[in-house]
Amino acid sequence: MRIGILCLQGAFIEHIHALDKLGADSFEIRQKSDLRRSFDGLIIPGGESTVIGKLLGDLGMTDKVRGMITDGLPVFGTCAGLILLAKRIENDDRTHLSTMDITVMRNAYGRQLGSFACVAPFEGIGEIPMTFIRAPYITEVGANAHALATVDGHIVAARQDNQLVTAFHPELTDDARVHEYFLGMIKGK
Amino acid sequence: MENRWELNKNLAQMLKGGVIMDVTTPEQARIAEEAGACAVMALERIPADIRAAGGVSRMSDPKMIKGIQEAVSIPVMAKCRIGHFAEAQILEAIEIDYIDESEVLSPADDVYHIDKTKFKVPFVCGAKDLGEALRRINEGASMIRTKGEPGTGDVVQAVRHMRKMMSDIRRLTSCAEDELFDEAKKLQVPYDLVLYVHKNGKLPVVNFAAGGVATPADASLMMQLGAEGVFVGSGIFKSGNPAKRARAIVQAVTNYKDAKLIAKLSEDLGEAMVGINEQEIQLLMAERGK
Repeated sequence: MRIGILCLQGAFIEHIHALDKLGADSFEIRQKSDLRRSFDGLIIPGGESTVIGKLLGDLGMTDKVRGMITDGLPVFGTCAGLILLAKRIENDDRTHLSTMDITVMRNAYGRQLGSFACVAPFEGIGEIPMTFIRAPYITEVGANAHALATVDGHIVAARQDNQLVTAFHPELTDDARVHEYFLGMIKGK
Repeated sequence: MENRWELNKNLAQMLKGGVIMDVTTPEQARIAEEAGACAVMALERIPADIRAAGGVSRMSDPKMIKGIQEAVSIPVMAKCRIGHFAEAQILEAIEIDYIDESEVLSPADDVYHIDKTKFKVPFVCGAKDLGEALRRINEGASMIRTKGEPGTGDVVQAVRHMRKMMSDIRRLTSCAEDELFDEAKKLQVPYDLVLYVHKNGKLPVVNFAAGGVATPADASLMMQLGAEGVFVGSGIFKSGNPAKRARAIVQAVTNYKDAKLIAKLSEDLGEAMVGINEQEIQLLMAERGK
């Protein structure tokens, strides 16, 4: 099994390390030609969604990646990755890959002073540590998507078929169970 | 406090592989965001103009900073003077995302840096070598950048500082463990930080390049030398076509090893900032705060 990590900007090394720990092979996707390699799953990391979205466009990758996801490629987006996958963004006119039936709020907890860490239940896993950095949350999941975790009344993780998103950063903690969950999604495909 | 420091280091991790741009107006901030900046540094005058104007240079007007916070959705940073913890308190009060305790401004204290552990907001600090970097981290900085020589458009000092830092790190990793105590003494930093670098071969926080980056090639050079991202100060808005140059530098950082792409990105960028050569510099900002 090989996972492609979208390495345009942000905390992608941390995902590579998390997958290393689980013994899963991964490689960096930095431009369109990298998408020609064969891979079984895609991770879109945290970073700035405006930057990653912009680079996807400038490097001519948006349509190709979108097509792969709608064709069923398992994808896991954290924080900025969640925003990139969302069909609707409440406080932004720009949407990016727009493949997942959720509405999100960017910078929903405010500026850096609003960043926080907590432990909360994740459906199918149990209690896990969650780190929120200038994080978004999901204000609404559409009929096709399903909430997996809620913190203080806000949805912070969701799944829709082959798509998994978290508003927090499992890759910043030592707990690799969300990555394991994603690998399980790929195996169960 | 431990938790806050972790969260603040985490924010810097999100900025990696990105370009942080100096902006002086909301309009420039929007151009920077549109071009793909991962954060902006709000300041009244960019370093090249600070250099030209001379005199004492201070924290920017909070109103101006707030205007930029309202204009963009990406993180906003601002500078305070070295040692000026009251300016830092003001920046924290307006909920800045990152404070740069910066040698670009006139130092307010020629002995002490700010005790950054007393703050909830994160700090980035400049460093010329591993000792400076670890001293700033010990004081609570959660991100480091090379000092370079701001406002010159000349990359030579950023290169010198990054090379020095990387070679200091490589040397520490090859030390025997019982030599680390003396290394800590020489670097004037606590032993546990030296041990961390020895074991991990990197700083415990994110390390960006700054000071003199003006072209996509400069950005690629700094990334290849080990920077995790790049600050571009005067280089963008002192050039002929800021939007285009900004965009090119952003792409060059993502694909810093792809010379073919960077060749293409470097075409028709218009005039780069004029710059000042090392031997023409009147004031070495990098010598402030050690």
